Amino acid sequence: MDNLKKTALHKRHLEAGAHMSPFGGFDMPIEYAGIVPEHEAVRTRVGAFDVSHMGEVFVEGPEATRFVNYIFTNDVESLAVGRIAYGMMLHPDGGTVDDLLVYRMGVNTYLLVINASNIQKDVAWIMTHAQAFSVRAVNCSDDWAEIALQGPDAEATMLGVLGIDGSGIPFYGFKEMGGLIVSRTGYTGEDGFEIYASPERIDTMWQQLMDAGVQPCGLGCRDTLRFEAGLPLYGDELSDEITPVEAGLGMFVKLDKSDFIGRDAIARQKSDGVTRKIVGLEIEGPAIARHGYEVLDTDGNVVGTVTTGYRSISLGRNLAMALVDSTVAALDTPLQVRVRRKVFPARVIKKRFYTPNYKK
Amino acid sequence: MEKLLYLPTHEYIITDGVTGRIGISEYAARQLGNVVYVDMPEVDDEIVAGEEFGAIESVKAASDLFAPVSGTVVGVNEALLDNPRLISENPLKQWIVEIELSDASELDSLLTPEAYTELCANEKH
Repeated sequence: MDNLKKTALHKRHLEAGAHMSPFGGFDMPIEYAGIVPEHEAVRTRVGAFDVSHMGEVFVEGPEATRFVNYIFTNDVESLAVGRIAYGMMLHPDGGTVDDLLVYRMGVNTYLLVINASNIQKDVAWIMTHAQAFSVRAVNCSDDWAEIALQGPDAEATMLGVLGIDGSGIPFYGFKEMGGLIVSRTGYTGEDGFEIYASPERIDTMWQQLMDAGVQPCGLGCRDTLRFEAGLPLYGDELSDEITPVEAGLGMFVKLDKSDFIGRDAIARQKSDGVTRKIVGLEIEGPAIARHGYEVLDTDGNVVGTVTTGYRSISLGRNLAMALVDSTVAALDTPLQVRVRRKVFPARVIKKRFYTPNYKK
Repeated sequence: MEKLLYLPTHEYIITDGVTGRIGISEYAARQLGNVVYVDMPEVDDEIVAGEEFGAIESVKAASDLFAPVSGTVVGVNEALLDNPRLISENPLKQWIVEIELSDASELDSLLTPEAYTELCANEKH
């Protein structure tokens, strides 16, 4: 426990009686009131998340655009200042180093927001490749804290409680406001914002949100929310071994731009197809298919593995995402899932189980 | 006379030495939060001391259930199939399976309520 990192809000979480657990090297809140009420608050009103564990790397220099385009799958050349692109950093074989958001802060300045569990690996990766370019990359993860305010009331709450007007910020856009970075992004399938600031200012804003009665939300419902919206979690649906094409995220890999690491492997997969894919599954019966459980065909042969599974809180159905052989990945394919000693029927469905309510 | 005994993995058995009802402790029920499914064996299944015999699913995870002693399942609490949340309300009353013990001497290695309470206190530290 001693080598776990703490976010700026750690003390607040303990005071609030949150259930804490290690995640990505941090001691993080999993739930406060319970996963179900927190999940429902985000779907119907608003919830606040401490996501200060996320990593921030700034890249700047005359070759910043060329460099980011070389390590990142989406195209930042055509990205306007004030806009954000989602994509991945890839290994040469197409496996995923990490999935990340890239903020274009200026013509030659970028902010890369990376997963907490990958900060060390990503920073080493970025620094190694930066040497061949005229750029400076700085890991500022410890200097920035972050709150995600998510839900249909997020815009009104941000204005009313924090005095931050997000109405002019488009989906996947951001504004810099006196030391703050405020973006219309999130990981829940709802409208919402992510606010980056110094640990001190994040602490003040968190307290304002709590005093105003905003529901604090833990990583527990962050996972149930992103799962319903069909969003991947690195370590489940993406990994060093899983490519974006296999994960159904090929649209975030732009082959019609300058060369980047992993390009050839992805070009091959896009033209020849892949042998396995992430699919959605609906399970018949009461059992919940958890990460790592076997997926079987109707003859009982193992054809894949569950990557995430829940009884969906918003939909009330037993759903899962799974990495399966492409031969059984078509919609409506009947499959089975082994849950401990028993086998339950399942069916391939679209993995965007819940239709997101983004403000576009 | 019936005795209440525990495993360190938070299962209890209430037994007269011949038959027993197995469930999860109040401490475990509190830790689990919302229970959404109880995966239990069927009548006539054999369960083995220390081995997994079922699982409890909360929203966030599945927790294996371990058998305090060996025996044959003679009854399951069907109320939990329809309404798994009952287990959170009164875990000592809402047992999961009833068994016929195959070796009552296995009870000797289980924890008394006092020893179990102390264990939970240490877990919370």
